[in-house]
Amino acid sequence: MRLELAGVTKRFGSLVANDHVDLTVEAGEIHCLLGENGAGKSTLMNVLFGLQRADEGEIRVDGAPVRFADPGDAIAHGIGMVHQHFMLVPVFTAADNVVLGFEPTRSGGFLDREKAREDIRRLSSEFGLEVDPDAVVEDLPVGLQQRVEILKALHRDANLLILDEPTAVLTPQETESLFAIMRGLKETGRSILFITHKLKEVLAVADRITVMRLGRVVGTTTPAGSGEHVLASMMVGRDVELVVHKDDAQPGSPVLQLEGLTVTDERGVTVIDAVDLEVRAGEIVALAGVQGNGQTELAEALLGLTQPSSGRILLDGKDITRATPREALRAGIAYIPEDRQAEGLVLDMSIADNLVLDVHDRPPFAHRGARDLTAVRESGEHKLQEFDIRARSAEVPVGTLSGGNQQKVVVARELSRPVRLLVASQPTRGLDVGSIEYVHRRIVEERDKGVAVLLVSSELDEILALGDRVAVMYRGAIVGVVPPTTGRDRIGLMMAGAGVPA
Amino acid sequence: MSTASLAAPAAIVEGRLVSVSRVRGLGAFLVLLAAVAAVPLGLGTRAGVQAAFDFADPPAIDLGILHMPVRAVCVALGVVTALLGAWLLAGRQRRGTYLVFTAGVLLFLWAFLTWVARNNDLSFTQLLAETMVSATPLVYGSLSGVMCERAGVVNIAIEGQFLAGAFLGAMIGSATGVLWLGLVAGGLSGAVLGALLAFLALRYGADQIIVGVVIVAFCTGLTNFLTEQVLSNHQNLNAGATFGTWAIPGLARIPVLGPVLFHQNVFFYLAAVLLVVIHVGLFRTRWGLRVRAVGEHPRAAATVGIHVLRVRYRNVILGGVIAGIGGASFTVGSIGEFSAGMTAGLGYVALAAMIFGRWRPFGALSAALLFGFAVSLQSFLAVLGVNIPSPFLSMAPYVITIAVVAGLVGRVRPPGADGVPYSPE
Repeated sequence: MRLELAGVTKRFGSLVANDHVDLTVEAGEIHCLLGENGAGKSTLMNVLFGLQRADEGEIRVDGAPVRFADPGDAIAHGIGMVHQHFMLVPVFTAADNVVLGFEPTRSGGFLDREKAREDIRRLSSEFGLEVDPDAVVEDLPVGLQQRVEILKALHRDANLLILDEPTAVLTPQETESLFAIMRGLKETGRSILFITHKLKEVLAVADRITVMRLGRVVGTTTPAGSGEHVLASMMVGRDVELVVHKDDAQPGSPVLQLEGLTVTDERGVTVIDAVDLEVRAGEIVALAGVQGNGQTELAEALLGLTQPSSGRILLDGKDITRATPREALRAGIAYIPEDRQAEGLVLDMSIADNLVLDVHDRPPFAHRGARDLTAVRESGEHKLQEFDIRARSAEVPVGTLSGGNQQKVVVARELSRPVRLLVASQPTRGLDVGSIEYVHRRIVEERDKGVAVLLVSSELDEILALGDRVAVMYRGAIVGVVPPTTGRDRIGLMMAGAGVPA
Repeated sequence: MSTASLAAPAAIVEGRLVSVSRVRGLGAFLVLLAAVAAVPLGLGTRAGVQAAFDFADPPAIDLGILHMPVRAVCVALGVVTALLGAWLLAGRQRRGTYLVFTAGVLLFLWAFLTWVARNNDLSFTQLLAETMVSATPLVYGSLSGVMCERAGVVNIAIEGQFLAGAFLGAMIGSATGVLWLGLVAGGLSGAVLGALLAFLALRYGADQIIVGVVIVAFCTGLTNFLTEQVLSNHQNLNAGATFGTWAIPGLARIPVLGPVLFHQNVFFYLAAVLLVVIHVGLFRTRWGLRVRAVGEHPRAAATVGIHVLRVRYRNVILGGVIAGIGGASFTVGSIGEFSAGMTAGLGYVALAAMIFGRWRPFGALSAALLFGFAVSLQSFLAVLGVNIPSPFLSMAPYVITIAVVAGLVGRVRPPGADGVPYSPE
């Protein structure tokens, strides 16, 4: 199937998310749509899939103009989408999820589950996508959930498959097997539109590449005609540094020591399993792992947001296992949470107020129970300068800022206390390249000042660029601590549970 | 929740989470019941006192009267119950916890009924038949809740739909003299209120709990007002006629089961049919799969071309019809006359039953039966002249419901998008 987008424009109020976008996907090709977060890729896909309506422009399938009022129309024209956040009902079986909306039925509207199972087995063997039709989706690992999503699209006879950031939740090995599946689909004449911001993947799998920036298409190229550096520059609009500059670490005495730390969640599941870990002053320990293997819970336990069921947390030799979040912060922990909008900031409050959330009740920001608003404002304006936060004033609600500037507010607040340990959880998720560079630089600077840094990230590139040592987590346990020079493949295998290399 | 796939918790019993301490707590409770059965009920009764269970009920075949020695039976049942409790207290096995607990409670009830019937005659069949009658409105209420919440809309207005259905059912039934029209009017009034809830909640994204509470307040006020102003002056609009019972030929002659299940009125039979239809519909048909998808993950449903809001409107209105018919069962189905506030909070009890039943029709039925049993037991005790003040007796069903819902249920998981407004963009 050949798909053409011509002059597609989508506005949200004064914001132009897609500005006259032209894009052609030929039959039987893997076409990559590359761009930073906020470049307009997701909006474009939502328009293409009928989830949102374009303000201008035309979509053509095999040369004929089409209009999609809802996803049902797009599906009817042979377009299938694998969403970044899987559109699967967690409590349904794989089979029920695959057939939902296109259910085989017997007379009277009764589901024909036997036929559903057969359909899935047939598609599974045809495309090498093995899935147990009767498995409940929430019990499946994300890699398999993604297969269910792909099967869902194929079950509807999709000729063009849109994959929206499909590798974000996969291990390197799972990514490889996804690429093999994509190539197999291409062989059958299907087209694939692959959306990503990861340069290595684009070069590995694409036939052609279209790069978007700020809602516009900046160019179309091929892997042969470009390289990582060229693509990065197109994507960002200026020359970018792909490496983080840092000197070798000068580790000092241990700052954070975890001894047999174990955390059980409210359902009785062990989410952190007897973790021993040490982070020294002046080093960055990067915690690698596929999302959902206990990294988030580990960071929360350090902060006192959850209580460990056994084990100890020592900060500079002092036991803080039972510390409340406030005590943990005052003991010298700085925390960049993984969801800045839900956990890092109060979006409706001003920048200045957000900057003093942790110290609003003590001098110089409060005296005898009354807040000193002048001091808060002055400190806010000062921090705007110091941390290069782009905002009209410190009085505007923090929710009006871009993602990068919001993150700078979090960083500014957390690094304004005396810091012994910095816990940074997915600190660059969803940020533009400029902001990523900034956050990385700040983290390295803190390390060089002698702060111990624990970096949690699901981006292997980030782990390898920043980490002085890499600890890999799998199912709540640390499978090993290795130097960052260990190969990507090796670390990838560890992320899937394999042991430490000999 | 992202770690849900790490390890299956060992403590899931019959779909619920049971901790060891909860199992022990249930065991201790059984031992307590056993002590009550054996000591005050058993040993507290003089030897030689007999209890009579009467199994003679038309239209069933007459089985005569069963006599039992109270002291021996209570002590024996107490001992068995204590053994069951001790097994739970040991806490080594968690599988089968609820089965053992239910068995223990039933044994205790047997002892208790034996004690109640000492020197007396207790119609066991009638006790069960009245349980069914008391449970019927709750079945309608909880089915209405299941219909709405499975599609992701919280319907806390069931109490209001009950009141409106009861009022209109009595009035239309009396005015026209055709009871069937009363039933239909009850369903229609529920449909209108359901449509109102759906419109405000789905069109404007209003908070579903608040809209529901407002609808209840509105119905309470309006029916009170109309009862005072209209019904009290026009007795012919509140004549109090009720549907008679229908004996199902053949089946009604089965001892005990016959009078309990096959000699009831139209509301009972309709509830039974709805129970089966909704259960099968939800879990075996295309309609049910789509409804549940909309209630769990509306966006996922939308991306495969299902019209989320359409499904929700339809289910909330159908849920309203069911609750409205349930309301009519209060008047034309049992008592006849409408009186202000007669639904007595049962709409909320029905929601509790739905939660206890984990949003499944037959699960809700078990809670409804429990409540119904407590109600009918209470009226039997009052008739038999047990020495307990009547306000305490009438409180008992509610207390039992709270104890069961709070103590037995454990953590239950509602539909993923229950009560969450959906907007397409």
